[in-house]
Amino acid sequence: MTADFPAAGRSSALELRGIDKRFGPVHANRAVSFVVRAGSVHGLIGENGAGKSTAMNIVYGFHRADAGEILVNGRPVQIHSSQDAIAAGIGMVHQHFMLVENFTVLENIILGVEGGALLAKGLHRARNELAQLGRDYGLEVPLDAMMEDLPVGIQQRVEILKALYRGADILILDEPTAVLTPREVDQFFLVLRRLRDGGKTMLLVTHKLREIMAITDRVTVMRQGAVAAEVETATTSPRELAEKMVGRAVLLKVDKSPARPGDVLLSMRNIEVRDQHGVVRLKNTSFDLRAGEIVGVAGVAGNGQSELLEVLSGMRQPASGKILFGGSDLVADRLDPHERRKRGLAHVPEDRLRVGVVAGFSAQANLILGYQDRADFNRGIFLDDRSIAADCEQKMADYDVRPRVPALRMSAFSGGNQQKLVIAREVDCDPKVLLVGQPTRGVDIGAIEFIHQRLVALRDAGKGLLLVSAELDEILGLADRILVMAGGEIVGELSREEATEEKIGLLMAGVKGAGA
Amino acid sequence: MNTTSKELPRWADLLLLPLLGLIAALLISAGVIALLGESPWQAMKLLVDGAFGSQESIGYSLFYATNFIFTGLAVAVAFHAGLFNIGAEGQAYIGGLGAGLVCLWFGNWPFWAILPLAILAAAGFGAAWAFLPGWLQAKRGSHVVITTIMFNFIASSLMTYLLVNVLINPGQQSPETREFAATSWMPLANEMLAKIGINFAPTPWNLAFVFAVIASVLVWLFLWRTRWGYALRVAGQNPTAALYAGISPSGMTMLAMVLSGALAGGLGLNELMGSQHRILIDFPGGAGFVGIAVALMGRNHPVGIFLSAVLFGALYQGGSQLTFDLPHINRDMVVVIQGLVILFCGALENMFRRPLTALLGRRAERGSVES
Amino acid sequence: METYTLIVLLLAATIRVATPLLLAALGGMFSERAGVIDLGLEGKMLGAAFAAAAVSAVTGSAWLGLGAGMATSIALSLLLGLACVTYRGNQVVAAMAVNIMVSGLAPTLALAWFNLGGQTPQLDAVGQRFTEITWPWTKAAHAMPFPGLLYSELLSGHNGIVYLAAIAVPSAAWLLYRTRFGLRLRAVGENPQAVDTAGISVNLLRYRAMIISGALCGIAGTYLSVAASSGFVRDMTAGKGYLALAALIFGKWRPYPTLAACLLFAFTDALAVRLQGVSIPVIGVVPVQFILALPYILTVLLLAGFVGRARAPTAIGVAYSKEK
Repeated sequence: MTADFPAAGRSSALELRGIDKRFGPVHANRAVSFVVRAGSVHGLIGENGAGKSTAMNIVYGFHRADAGEILVNGRPVQIHSSQDAIAAGIGMVHQHFMLVENFTVLENIILGVEGGALLAKGLHRARNELAQLGRDYGLEVPLDAMMEDLPVGIQQRVEILKALYRGADILILDEPTAVLTPREVDQFFLVLRRLRDGGKTMLLVTHKLREIMAITDRVTVMRQGAVAAEVETATTSPRELAEKMVGRAVLLKVDKSPARPGDVLLSMRNIEVRDQHGVVRLKNTSFDLRAGEIVGVAGVAGNGQSELLEVLSGMRQPASGKILFGGSDLVADRLDPHERRKRGLAHVPEDRLRVGVVAGFSAQANLILGYQDRADFNRGIFLDDRSIAADCEQKMADYDVRPRVPALRMSAFSGGNQQKLVIAREVDCDPKVLLVGQPTRGVDIGAIEFIHQRLVALRDAGKGLLLVSAELDEILGLADRILVMAGGEIVGELSREEATEEKIGLLMAGVKGAGA
Repeated sequence: MNTTSKELPRWADLLLLPLLGLIAALLISAGVIALLGESPWQAMKLLVDGAFGSQESIGYSLFYATNFIFTGLAVAVAFHAGLFNIGAEGQAYIGGLGAGLVCLWFGNWPFWAILPLAILAAAGFGAAWAFLPGWLQAKRGSHVVITTIMFNFIASSLMTYLLVNVLINPGQQSPETREFAATSWMPLANEMLAKIGINFAPTPWNLAFVFAVIASVLVWLFLWRTRWGYALRVAGQNPTAALYAGISPSGMTMLAMVLSGALAGGLGLNELMGSQHRILIDFPGGAGFVGIAVALMGRNHPVGIFLSAVLFGALYQGGSQLTFDLPHINRDMVVVIQGLVILFCGALENMFRRPLTALLGRRAERGSVES
Repeated sequence: METYTLIVLLLAATIRVATPLLLAALGGMFSERAGVIDLGLEGKMLGAAFAAAAVSAVTGSAWLGLGAGMATSIALSLLLGLACVTYRGNQVVAAMAVNIMVSGLAPTLALAWFNLGGQTPQLDAVGQRFTEITWPWTKAAHAMPFPGLLYSELLSGHNGIVYLAAIAVPSAAWLLYRTRFGLRLRAVGENPQAVDTAGISVNLLRYRAMIISGALCGIAGTYLSVAASSGFVRDMTAGKGYLALAALIFGKWRPYPTLAACLLFAFTDALAVRLQGVSIPVIGVVPVQFILALPYILTVLLLAGFVGRARAPTAIGVAYSKEK
């Protein structure tokens, strides 16, 4: 797969030398240096928060480095804005596309390089040039279509064309496959190879090992803001890269005994979810969750996992199907999240800050979110502040939350402490089933272990846990049974014993029945 | 990420910022006054004297303040639900109609029977007028700012129509109703004080002031001491979190607007039952907009609203005093100050917040970690 | 023939009422398409109306008045820009602040400078106002009612600003849809980040849009005090800025539909004046207040999706910051 390009590797297209950047107390980049050779696909890999995005934002002029320099084609360049980056021949395809939804493809591409104060001439020239570019690299797009009407894969092509049209020789691609279907990923790789054959240089930023192995020539690994390794892709293995990324033995070991699954607590039957545009997000999904087990849901982000959690927790109504829990059908009875909580269905949401807390409220006010009606939090028609504060203090002690100040604003706590508070809140009401999304995202190492232990303890206490995580390690470490999602459906189920990274990977890529 | 956790200490947020905003507004106003060839110092002295210099002026200041407490609370309650209610003016107008109708229709009843009816009608009419924009926002996605503005104009047309064609006192030129029966008048403060042996100059300051204070306490209790108020504030600060907690954001939108309109309606108790004793064209006189300034300066907290309402009441009373002594300045100057307060306490707040946070923020952060 | 004359006169009145609405609405179109809510139309118009009348009264030149009106309105736009763009303050609050401040400041300054109880002096000297431009042969045309009356009353006999407003619509459409500036402006109201990553300054674009809005509101305000009437009076705009905003929404933020909305709203206004106390067969006397409230009612219905759907620029009301 790692086709060698003969001319690759001679000269450097892009070089970072000693890039250093701090955001307040966070040291996001520590003397980052690496070389991207001309005409190659270079991988930049690392965990979330390893400093990849910061480095790329510096290269693209979004942030300014505190120290260090950037060289393009061997010459130092000053990049203070995205305009400087464009002028230096650097183009960027952002993870969240920078497109204007109700503009045509053509208008989107020429935005910023209109070629004169009047549009007519520029549009005409762009049309011709883009037709040529499309032929050269297999990047045909309907130029007069409205952006919002196009599928994501085509939108991404527009992003690439935008960069090429601006004369980019170096393309930075930030997590480009996160939103693509497996088929689209294949096409995307095809485009990358053609671009490389055409002499372009690509820097692929990702946290997915499989992509690095499949497409890159050389790879730089980042860890905790610094470069941990730089190797030829052909000479390395996924295991080696993974070790370099996390800096310790790969598989996260969680101490736990084998599961002893009990009765079925929750059953989902033929649930279908559509978004506001009528697009199916979750199709015909069914599964059971038993007492005393952790069911992990693996999959590329955006393949229906979020919708699964939302529909179970009651934040979203399904188009059809049943959810049986506690002797009733949650869908038919139209129970809202609050009612579901009362019946023992708690939820730690994927996006803590956006969904799970009110950042401007105190910790103690956040600890009654969703439970504000509970008798012990109220006295008559009034909230009982004293008992709320006492309860908060108790949970802070149990979960080792620091600082232990119930009146402190939620936003003043670190990510790990916020997450502990959310988990404390959701676990404390003694739920039968706990839905957990990305429990350790943006959480420091120490807190991760603590949170994992808590989740296992819950399982051992006979609760059912549904764990959605983008981290395969986390799934493999915690889950007793693994569901794999792709394209909005469950494409496979594996027991922990039979599950391997390869099997899950195949299923995630949409190869049905690979695990069986 | 962590740079955002640097926050202004609470006392600075609640006291220093509004105070700086007020000072900036007053300084610029002083500049304008100087530009007009008058002495800002003398104007300020006249203003303070006109507002608090005698029992009459204090009474008038508190009379105006009563209106502003009601409209300020109205703006604040909506604000806590994440809504900007620019329609307090129209809601007060329609709410006043409710109170007025009760006074006109049940004028021969005793006061203790009229009062609860009038309060209900004022609140109910105001609430109904605010409910529509609230419902349109919640269910149809129409921006509440625009609809409340439109509803101000619709209210104005409706009231003009009613006063010109329906409610007008027959045989009278100006579009206003007949005078309410004296039994429906709000007892004046000086009358009530006289009963307990305190002599106070006769002013329009009346019992409605007490209701405004009670409303402030109720708003505080509701927003910060009950689960429903909690739910409303959650919906205002983070609608997604509200959804997650099983709180209906659209339900809270409607609830907040209804409460907001009901509070705005309270203005009718003070202005109509307390002073005018008839319904007349444009009796809110811009108090709904003053409410925006009052709420912003009062940090949307009842205590702050009470204080800034008194401040604005004083400005209004003191402002009319200016007219007599300074030929070049009149009450319009107070409107300028009002606009500047909204500007500096609201829109340009970051102008003070950023440097202040840089100055005081770090210390606060360290303090919070230590504690 | 009587009815025909009446209709022509009604339409002529419509044009006169529509002019300031249209200019302000087009101004609002630029700032709102750039992503800034323009509730400040009212205050900018009022400020311009005062400044124009004051300068014209003192200098005797309507043109200098126009210059002052535009300068004032642009200055207010810049103040809004400072609050909403630079300091990322709440756009609605900022606009309300400006509207309220101007509604106090204009009569205060008028009182201090002219001592006429908050008005400016009557502008009745030659050159102090923009007067009607009579086109050639109107007398002759008048004699031949159809189509002569259309020529003499509807086309001829307006002041220069009316014709300027008429030209402003295609000009605005051209600027918005056919130029680089327009493309960027529309983009910044939809997805400012896309504009930023394309290497274009979001804030500068928004400032430029707001300056255009200020200039157009300045002309609109000048029209009120120096063309349509002869001098500034207290609260002269009387909600026309908000009505212009309603027309902009009703026109779905597009130039020609906005023109249509302005004409519709102006027509209801002209009609209300005509129908004062007139009994119409079948319907009876229509309350004038109802006709006057019609534009607001229609706008609410539109916003509620009961008549069509208005899609506001996506990024409207949100200050842009790189960090997020």
